[in-house]
Amino acid sequence: MAKFTKKSKAGANINTGSLPDIIFMLLFFFMVTTKMRDTSIMVEQRIPQSTQLQEIEQKSLVSYIYVGKPKEANKFGQEPRVQVNDVFINTNQIPQFVEQEKAKLPEAEREMIWMSMKVDKETKMGILTDVKLQLREANALKLNYSSNKRVEQAGI
Amino acid sequence: MAKKKDRGTPEINAGSMADIAFLLLIFFLVTTTIGADKGINMLLPPKKDESQPVDVKLKDRNVFKVIVNSKNQLLVEDEPMAIDNLRSEAKKFLANNGADPTMSESPQEAVVSLKTDRGTQYDVYLRVLDELSAAYNELRAEKLGITIEQYLDLDPKDEKQDEMMKYAQKVYPRRLSEAEPTSVGQ
Repeated sequence: MAKFTKKSKAGANINTGSLPDIIFMLLFFFMVTTKMRDTSIMVEQRIPQSTQLQEIEQKSLVSYIYVGKPKEANKFGQEPRVQVNDVFINTNQIPQFVEQEKAKLPEAEREMIWMSMKVDKETKMGILTDVKLQLREANALKLNYSSNKRVEQAGI
Repeated sequence: MAKKKDRGTPEINAGSMADIAFLLLIFFLVTTTIGADKGINMLLPPKKDESQPVDVKLKDRNVFKVIVNSKNQLLVEDEPMAIDNLRSEAKKFLANNGADPTMSESPQEAVVSLKTDRGTQYDVYLRVLDELSAAYNELRAEKLGITIEQYLDLDPKDEKQDEMMKYAQKVYPRRLSEAEPTSVGQ
């Protein structure tokens, strides 16, 4: 009987030995499912919503074009601009950009390039038409108008 | 005499391991984006070939004209229309099969022509495109006897599902052309 020592009630240690494992698991999950943010977007991006969404299968074939009003209006003006890879470009520079993007891909896949258009809701079609005309010039014909899923409002 | 020290494995303090892992986790959360490249696919026509003049003759009844002006108003087959009715009208037109003399002869011959203005808002344009795609997809889904949600979930990697999609696309080919925009609202 005398061998038993009194258990101390205060400060019962919880074993945190497996905490790093859990966090590492979360970390790996995020590393696998996400992709690096490679550009800082300098235009407003309020992506429109639609219902008939299709996904691009091969992520490696996608290049992005951002269109919208510049966030820093006092520096770059109010008019919508086209942004690729961290810089604003004029629409007539798009064929050059497409060529650069195509050069990054293996030769067999160059003509299969997808252009993902990330366009702000309130942009007028004028600038987008110019972009599309230049993309036709550059022979990059597959477009994806990036949009989010619209949630149908029932009963309204 | 001094006690012999126990030189067995000394315990490494792993208490800060969680902190390090947290730090890494937060770093990745901040620098990455969840990549969802979803949207509406569109195929542009190839570059104009100046040497070969294109002269396509289409019967007027086979063309479904949709015009959006610079005030974002819709004109469908020469009549103003609310955007909510566009899907059902387009479906009616495409699935006509020669019944109504003002509508298409067959889904294979029907063409949807979309014309915008330079002043049209992108949001409205995409909404119109979405409704027109929805009309095609709903008809295809009906043909296959499934709901539109099921149709959109079909996986082209699966052989059987791919075959279904190909069949539906053959019955209702997407023939959507975009006309050169007007420039009223520039």
